[in-house]
Amino acid sequence: MTVWNFETAAFNGLENYKLFFTDPAMSTSVPHTLLYAFATSGLKVVLAFFIAIFLTGSIRTKSFIRSAVFFPNLVSTMAVGLAFAYMMHPTKGLLNVVIQSLGGKAVDFLGDPKIALWSIILTDVWKGLSISVVIYIAGIQSIDQSYYEAASIDGANWWQQITNVTLPLVAPAQNSIIILSLIGGLRTFDLIWAMTGGGPGFATDVLASVIYKQYAAGFYGLSTAGNVVMLILISVIAFPLQHFLDKREEALR
Amino acid sequence: MESRKKRTRLIGDIVGVVLTVVIFLIPFYFMFVQSIKSKKEANRLSIAWPKELHFENYLEVIKHGNYQLVTAFKNSAILTLFTVLGLLVTGAMAGYVIQRRKGRLMTAVQSTIMLGLMIPASILPTIHMLQGMHIYKTMFSMVMIEIALQTPFTTMLYRGFMASIPVDLEEAASIDGCNRWQIFTKVIFPLLKPIQATIIILVGVQTFNDFTNPLYFLPGAANTTVQLTLYNYKGQLGNSYNLLFADIIIITVPMLILFLFFNKRIVAGMVAGAVKG
Repeated sequence: MTVWNFETAAFNGLENYKLFFTDPAMSTSVPHTLLYAFATSGLKVVLAFFIAIFLTGSIRTKSFIRSAVFFPNLVSTMAVGLAFAYMMHPTKGLLNVVIQSLGGKAVDFLGDPKIALWSIILTDVWKGLSISVVIYIAGIQSIDQSYYEAASIDGANWWQQITNVTLPLVAPAQNSIIILSLIGGLRTFDLIWAMTGGGPGFATDVLASVIYKQYAAGFYGLSTAGNVVMLILISVIAFPLQHFLDKREEALR
Repeated sequence: MESRKKRTRLIGDIVGVVLTVVIFLIPFYFMFVQSIKSKKEANRLSIAWPKELHFENYLEVIKHGNYQLVTAFKNSAILTLFTVLGLLVTGAMAGYVIQRRKGRLMTAVQSTIMLGLMIPASILPTIHMLQGMHIYKTMFSMVMIEIALQTPFTTMLYRGFMASIPVDLEEAASIDGCNRWQIFTKVIFPLLKPIQATIIILVGVQTFNDFTNPLYFLPGAANTTVQLTLYNYKGQLGNSYNLLFADIIIITVPMLILFLFFNKRIVAGMVAGAVKG
């Protein structure tokens, strides 16, 4: 690696940013990043809630299921990405073998620009669900049982108890999940890098992968410009969202 | 009524276990069978049990590149150990002070730490700074970076947990003649065990499995960490799927052991309002 040197760097105004936003190889990474962050975060928030409800219920296999759900978290993102890339192989991958044996047509999960990003999003949800589940379980377990007793005396059924007791009281845990998973999604890099490297074309390039590509190619100015764009993007999303969630949490009390 | 309830519970059990096995365990089974196949068989990417078991794949992976994996394991172990130890101590102290003291200064400190949760690390300025301090490409700087990046999350967990420790304990200790430091080390710190188990596993896994930060901040063959060894089988050896998956299994086992130790306590540490951000 060449040693980067501040002293010889010349000021070239906003040239880097102009290039960043006009070159489709880089500018498309912004909508991709947004889609990735909101889709993974939304899916995790919803799915993890129902899994947590299920695992705090009366079933006897919950410790087995909880451990199994946590397993993907123990494997590195890089390893998960490589394993899923092979399971999504267009002809011989496990998923396509199953689809074809059920009479469907093989799907090119990572080679089709239209669905490649979604394939990665679903892999991310598979891997990252466990942390959200654990936070939800902790939130649900700290709810006082007397609320449920009171609700059931008032004649609330199972579903009403979930929407009127569990959901509002689990709000602090939920807010942590929303913020943590959204920011994680906006910063994502390893999974994209392991599964597609940003391809096909630039169909799955996100901000962090563009930053790395420019860095590896020696375009340090562009790389840092991407870094600043990411910082601004996270700031304009995360701070208002945090503020809104705090307000909502207070209103629920 | 009672028997109906039992039946729904049984159905819940069965559906839950089947879905869990299909969605969460089959990928792991796939990784394992791939790792014990011959190169040719592994290229077929099927989940069938191999005709011959090739456990020598593991040996080959360990020996590859002049025992590169052993060096990587040493580096990752040092990095993870010091990051976890550093965070257990500094996070506990920061969380304690922020939770117990009120006032404008603490609100400012609190907001600043939480900023770290959101703002991404800027790569080139960090490298430039490390170069200026002559610690770029050293394990010390890598440990400091990991600690810095994970301080917000750790402090958040500690702070939430401390809210559940009654202040009466500290008052009693204070009457018995303990000073501030003794109160922290003798009264508070021993009570933190549940949340420490949570932090050990979350921070430990995060650091050991980190790919991005060592890629930027700890380049060089001698500095390689376990996650970067996966590159060997993606690039130069082409399609050695069996070796790639053997490597994945080997570098996942330490985290699996850590998980088995702390499994039951992960949730316990987070209960009691600990997740309140």
